[in-house]
Amino acid sequence: MNLGSALGYMMAQAANTTSWWKPIQASAHAGAVDTLFNFIMYLCFFFFVLIVGAMVYFIVKYRRKGNGPERTSPIKGNHTLEIVWSVIPGILLVLIFAWGFKDWLAIAVVPANAMEVRVSGQKWNWTFTYPKEGIVSADLVVPAGQPVKLVMTSKDVLHSFYIPDFRIKRDVVPGKYSVLWFEPSEEATHQIYCTEYCGTEHSNMLSKVKVVSSAKYEEWLANGGDEDGGTPVPLADKGKKLYEQRGCVACHSIDGTNKVGPTWKGLYGSARKFTDGTSLAAADENYIRESILVPNAKIVAGYAGVMPSYQGQLNDKQLESIIEYIKTLK
Amino acid sequence: MGQQSSHSTAAGHNHPKYLAHHFESMEQQNSSGKLGMWLFLGQEVLFFSGLFLMYVLARMFYPDTFLAAHELLDWKLGALNTIFLLTSSLTMALAVRGAQVNSQPQMYWNIVATIVLGGAFMVVKYIEYSHKFHDGLLPGHFFDAAKAMHNGVPANIPGAPAVFFAIYFIMTGTHGLHVLIGMGLMLWLLVRIKRGDFNSENHVYLENVGLYWHIVDLIWIFLFPLLYLVR
Amino acid sequence: MESNHNNVPQSAHAASAGGAEPNYINAHKGIWSWMTTVDHKRLGLMYLVGVLTFFGLGGIFALLVRTQLLGPIFGGASGKQEWLFSGDTYNKLFTLHGAVMVFLVIIPSIPASLGNFFLPLMLGAKDVAFPKLNLMSFYVYVLGGIFLLFSIFTGAVDTGWTFYTPYSSTTSTSVVSAVMGVFILGFSSILTGVNFIVTIHKMRAPGLTWVRLPLFVWAQYATSLIQVLATPVLAITLMLLAIERTMGIGIFDAKLGGDPVLFQHFFWFYSHPAVYIMILPAFGVISEIITINSRKQIFGYKAIAMSSVAIAVIGFLVWGHHMFTSGQSELASAVFSFLTFAVAIPTAIKTFSWVATMYGGSLRMNSAMWYAQAFLFLFTIGGLTGLFLGTLSVDIHLHDTYFVVAHFHYVMMGGTMTAFVGALHHWWPKMTGRMLNEFWGKVSCFFVFVGFNVTFFSQFLLGTKGMPRRYANYLPEFQTWHQISTIGSYLLGLGFFITLIYMIQSLINGEKAPKNPWGGLSLEWETDSPPIEHNFHGQPVVNNGPYEFPEIDHSKSNRGGH
Repeated sequence: MNLGSALGYMMAQAANTTSWWKPIQASAHAGAVDTLFNFIMYLCFFFFVLIVGAMVYFIVKYRRKGNGPERTSPIKGNHTLEIVWSVIPGILLVLIFAWGFKDWLAIAVVPANAMEVRVSGQKWNWTFTYPKEGIVSADLVVPAGQPVKLVMTSKDVLHSFYIPDFRIKRDVVPGKYSVLWFEPSEEATHQIYCTEYCGTEHSNMLSKVKVVSSAKYEEWLANGGDEDGGTPVPLADKGKKLYEQRGCVACHSIDGTNKVGPTWKGLYGSARKFTDGTSLAAADENYIRESILVPNAKIVAGYAGVMPSYQGQLNDKQLESIIEYIKTLK
Repeated sequence: MGQQSSHSTAAGHNHPKYLAHHFESMEQQNSSGKLGMWLFLGQEVLFFSGLFLMYVLARMFYPDTFLAAHELLDWKLGALNTIFLLTSSLTMALAVRGAQVNSQPQMYWNIVATIVLGGAFMVVKYIEYSHKFHDGLLPGHFFDAAKAMHNGVPANIPGAPAVFFAIYFIMTGTHGLHVLIGMGLMLWLLVRIKRGDFNSENHVYLENVGLYWHIVDLIWIFLFPLLYLVR
Repeated sequence: MESNHNNVPQSAHAASAGGAEPNYINAHKGIWSWMTTVDHKRLGLMYLVGVLTFFGLGGIFALLVRTQLLGPIFGGASGKQEWLFSGDTYNKLFTLHGAVMVFLVIIPSIPASLGNFFLPLMLGAKDVAFPKLNLMSFYVYVLGGIFLLFSIFTGAVDTGWTFYTPYSSTTSTSVVSAVMGVFILGFSSILTGVNFIVTIHKMRAPGLTWVRLPLFVWAQYATSLIQVLATPVLAITLMLLAIERTMGIGIFDAKLGGDPVLFQHFFWFYSHPAVYIMILPAFGVISEIITINSRKQIFGYKAIAMSSVAIAVIGFLVWGHHMFTSGQSELASAVFSFLTFAVAIPTAIKTFSWVATMYGGSLRMNSAMWYAQAFLFLFTIGGLTGLFLGTLSVDIHLHDTYFVVAHFHYVMMGGTMTAFVGALHHWWPKMTGRMLNEFWGKVSCFFVFVGFNVTFFSQFLLGTKGMPRRYANYLPEFQTWHQISTIGSYLLGLGFFITLIYMIQSLINGEKAPKNPWGGLSLEWETDSPPIEHNFHGQPVVNNGPYEFPEIDHSKSNRGGH
């Protein structure tokens, strides 16, 4: 990236940024949400200054001084004042409610022309499935300016799908489908978080949404969701990428330390002992493949059978890439 | 001007024997006791309302299961238990009446009768529970349809029979625990009646146990049709 | 006598006693006399020791959580780097912090300790209506605390204090012990609530009508109502969770055919009203401190008293605002949002009334008053930021981020705990018979105030920027504010540590407290400091309201220079 394009990128970012402490506005919803946010904020400033200002003024003015007889006001209340400070905030509150409700309807109602992507949350990664093309991806890739409808579910516990730059969030619930939609305004990459606590690696349950031009998106689809764009890449390198992107990294180390699951270092060809008493002289391709697709078929002694199945989430090429990658970890 | 303090001398001239040191009059003590009990019963109702809500939702999830699974409960035993509890509510009320008319034997024997009826309820409950255990009709993971079928019980029920039996055991179990607690309280009542603690002036404790017993009875009146007589 | 109350002639008593009557602390001796006491004052003191101990423990957990967040950022491609604790340890720490602070500290803080101590005194009663039940509540509280802490030694819990299913019904940590602890603590809370309601209804001194009740009593009354009506639902919810875990009944677990969102409805039906269990007593405390130290009638007594009850009632109908993103129906969300804004009005009325009370007063700026002003500042921020979260569209962005964390800390910690510590300063002389060091009281208040704002205001910024809560590590862009927040938390800890030191100093050699150091008119100031075992030398009779201070105060020289 040369200096010119870097500067251009930064300027585009700055134009998108309402303030240094808010995320950029990158969806159709973001502007409306921020406007209401700012309105409430100024209102809060006003009332805060009113209350704390009066408080400080009274402290200074009516502070007890001297030792002589002192006089205090006999005021017990004032109905006019009490009605005023009940009714005026009341009106403002109804206004905020109505405004928020109106904007929220726009967030809740999915436009008819939205393209659909399936989202699956599991401990601790996100998987995106493009139903028409049958593509499975670790990142959400969408064309700019196109409304996208996410149909989301969870394989285990509650998760929550959150993209701050789009100002959208929705819980992802096992046994149910929840729907979320957005319209990305321009080409950029945005962070996806899980915001419903889901255990050990909750804070690493991250992913990216890549907003690209429609031409690039078509190309990406044509390549079967392969970001290498068809250029040949060693399988082991691809496997390494999958390891990082698809959640393997959360439970399996590559340096020999034992985490939630056994390490991958030296896994290939090693002797395995299982919880049911059986054993295997040397871990081979078949064993690894089975462990990914049917994790609970053989559980290594000393571990709990907590791994979710990757059946239907990894194609043969991806499985082979991971196996090749494991082979390189000596 | 201020009244004289009454805490210091329990032997003060018209200080009733059963008046606790921190109350000014029996009237205050009795009405406090009763208000406290009503609040506690309000709490009990909310506690059980959670269980009833759970029942409603589960029945919404699995209407067929509830219809089929309730056949495995013996409505005759349930009806017998309903009669036991209703009668015990009557004897309980008679015991309170006994206190109001200062009749020691009426209090004593009616409480004994209430305990016996409560005990009979628990015996029937025990018979029902042991059948369910024997047939593997148990909550959640412990539900064993094969064992039930083996014993000749038609446990091939659509939906989630394990959920039905979980709810059956939780609701009747929680209720049974309340019955046991009530019986324990009444045993203590017997001791106090023998001691001559209760009379027309001082029987708020007896009355409170009575209120508690009526609410336990009332909860059963709801449980019985909901579990045994599903339509 | 500076007050307008008619009291039993003191001379008669003094003559008969032939010297000072022993106070509640030295009337009986030995540990056994404390363990079996039914004296509400002793029980209040025992609760206080329990609450402060757990506050220290919960505070240590908080500091460990903040220390973890000083460091970790993602290290390159291999995933993440660990700084101090692993993800699992961090998850247990924040769970314990939340569970201890909510269930063992804030909920019992003002009601169980100060409420127990002062409610009967303010009512002119000799004790609460059911003293033995009160003792039992205390032991139930201790038992619940033991269960909750026992879970630490059996591997701790990592579910967050909210115990959301299905995570809580499937995680391998010791959820059942923790849940049973909270279940048991609930019963302590219910029994205390029943006791207080009956006490307020039945034990008022002659002449103490409902409109003459100190506002602290009104606040306790509203709190007790919620305790009695909401807590059983929490109890049954947690019981079901425990049964779900052990037997798999399939109510909350989707795998077994249940609905995990159902748990949230059950849970928040209690836990939102529980927020008012936590904050209402603080409102009562602030009403007391501000009026007495302004030596002035409270502004709008009835509005403040009724708004407590209004909050208690509406508080039952807003639980769904915790669930705008959970997938509950759109209509439900809209109704819950609207009702949430409705709760804001009585709260605003109270705040305005407190400030208006100071108008034209004669403000004694003692350390309790400092804490009360800190409360006004912090609670105003806490309340106003609630508007963002009650708004449907804005909450979608802010839900489950640090904005929420900051908001509820401003309310719970900046509100309730500040009021609680302020109340301790206010009533310490009455409880212990000793004065606190005013200078160090103000120093500690300063540190608490500054430390608190540094800690939690930065979290509003983090949350707005999109930092999710309950994260053991974070992306680099969040680090600066996290580090500032952590430094603030150390200042905050220091402030409370100073408080601890001068409180101990006061117990050892503090100045002897007079009967009524602040010139209050409610009945607790009529008794000795510390009070005698049965509170009053005779039955007090009340002839006027709790805040009817004379316009001109001539008695200043009698007040022992305070």
